[in-house]
Amino acid sequence: MLYREAGQFKTSYAADQQLLPIRQDRIAFFTLLAVVFVIVPLFVSDYWFSALLIPILIFSLAAIGLNILTGYAGQLSLGSAAFMAVGAFSAYNIVLRMPWLPQIVSFLLAGVCAALVGIAFGLPSVRIKGFYLAVATLAAQFFVVWALQKFPWFTNNSSSGVISAQGVTFFGFPIDSPVRNYVFVLCIVTVLALCAKNMARSNTGRQWMAVRDMDVAAEVIGIPLMRTKLQAFAISSFYCGVAGALYAYCYIGTVEPEAFSLDMSFRVLFMIIVGGMGTIMGAFIGATFFTVLPIFLSILIPGIASLFNFNFDKASLTYIEFMIFGALIIFFLIVEPHGLARLWQIGKEKLRIWPFPH
Amino acid sequence: MQFFLEVLIGGLLSGVMYSLVALGFVLIYKASGVFNFAQGAMVYFAALSFVGILAKGVPFGLALILALGIMILFGVVTERFVLRPLVNQPPISLFMATIGLAFFLEGLGPFLWGNDSHEIRLGIPDEPLPYFLDKYNIAISTFDLAAAAIAGVLVAGLALFFQKTKIGRALRAVADDHQAALSIGIPLQVIWMIVWGVAGFVALVAGLLWGARNGVQLALVAVVLKALPVLILGGFTSVPGAIVGGLIIGSTEKLAEIYIGPLVGGGLESWFPYVLALAFLLVRPEGLFGEKHIDRV
Repeated sequence: MLYREAGQFKTSYAADQQLLPIRQDRIAFFTLLAVVFVIVPLFVSDYWFSALLIPILIFSLAAIGLNILTGYAGQLSLGSAAFMAVGAFSAYNIVLRMPWLPQIVSFLLAGVCAALVGIAFGLPSVRIKGFYLAVATLAAQFFVVWALQKFPWFTNNSSSGVISAQGVTFFGFPIDSPVRNYVFVLCIVTVLALCAKNMARSNTGRQWMAVRDMDVAAEVIGIPLMRTKLQAFAISSFYCGVAGALYAYCYIGTVEPEAFSLDMSFRVLFMIIVGGMGTIMGAFIGATFFTVLPIFLSILIPGIASLFNFNFDKASLTYIEFMIFGALIIFFLIVEPHGLARLWQIGKEKLRIWPFPH
Repeated sequence: MQFFLEVLIGGLLSGVMYSLVALGFVLIYKASGVFNFAQGAMVYFAALSFVGILAKGVPFGLALILALGIMILFGVVTERFVLRPLVNQPPISLFMATIGLAFFLEGLGPFLWGNDSHEIRLGIPDEPLPYFLDKYNIAISTFDLAAAAIAGVLVAGLALFFQKTKIGRALRAVADDHQAALSIGIPLQVIWMIVWGVAGFVALVAGLLWGARNGVQLALVAVVLKALPVLILGGFTSVPGAIVGGLIIGSTEKLAEIYIGPLVGGGLESWFPYVLALAFLLVRPEGLFGEKHIDRV
């Protein structure tokens, strides 16, 4: 009843093309923003920030990046963690070597560095596609981690290869507590997510989708294939790079190149598959799901096991978690191949016509 | 020169081991178009099952048969519960499902059989062959040669199976065109079961050889990462491609490690095969023996 756009007339093109054309959506969106920006920092404890909310936001950003490349432009990539690593380590070096730059600029520059690396490793996409390309992006994954380990310049000659993130200040505010980290990350993620949403529904995004759906046809209607693909690689890597920088500076604090392993690339890929390919919202849902799931499982399984008097040792529990994790992925792929974001859309559609079935 | 030869031969022989993993992969990709990331986990699971059964006091031969049975059962279950519900989904979904499968196996294996690192003794000594050592002063491991021989027999057997038997013909038909194969009455699901079963068998052989070489441990899963550049070099759909690709990757990888490695500080092995395969793809996007893909608008 409440969620219905009847009577909301659009009298200008601007009104017709705005991001949230339905008034109820706008209200919901701004309420959500108010909650995450104001209510959450006031009432939530530090543990929740550092264990849950910050990783969710950072991985959402990485998932948005991968979604641009894989979901919108159709180029399957298994190297997102590598681009995150480039972002993290270039942020470290830029802050280290150019301390006079505002840190937010350093982070964005780190994204630009990741974008350049992304373009370099995206070049094969001009010639090859599909799974061949996916394997090719693995080259980025292994090469970047290797290079970061082998050349001590990247880690400022740290003997263990581990970097410790310098303190961050944002417009004079030191970002030193979990709450401040959260708000800082939230600002960046909100702005970048809005940018991504708008890119996706503008000419740029349409070009990506045309290339994804059929690249020959896209070329025939005049979309420059090479430029579009490389653009997708660059923007995607930019997002991953910024996410990597935030991962190092606002979440972990000290990172080594190996933290950005293939497993992390897969995690980001899982997020967009389960969340929904080719949707910005899916990135958030997927990131939430895969951050909450391990915590949830580690609480739930011992509980159930003790209920049935099974005695598992710690190792077995890890293996059961592995199995459930794998089985859940398969389950989601079978039950909802379009991702959880699709469920949200279906729910919205149902709400709109409620109480009628059609 | 002698050193070069030794490195080259060692590389070629280790390449054979890569080919073994790549082979199981090619079989599945050919027949069902599934990019099976779980092949490495299958290798691990197969080897672990074998060792686990052996540890229960079962004789070697019976353990082999039981492990094979487990792998075939795995193939059947996978077909029924993973592939069949995912028919007609985009390839990326199937790929993701196999990653899920890999996670599942990585958990199931140690859950069933324990997570200790095991050794497998196949009764083949891993020491230089005296003949070559005396005559040419080149150290070639007996084990590597035996592994190469086993791989050769396996490939020849598979080639015969594919070319001469009725099932083999059906497999090739399915690989060519699913719909056409269905329309002439080839049961797709049975074929998939067989293919996953055969891939399980190949995984078992690979698992035994890799396990005997490196020990049966979780690191075995990573062999799939060694097999992927072999695949893109040889082409996803070609059995000879998997072999030739493996040989090329194995030898160049070892040579690069020896001759280029010192210049950049070593550790090339993790990425050099990928870059090599990538450079190759730029010239021939469908791999050495892969089928040329023609797009229609």
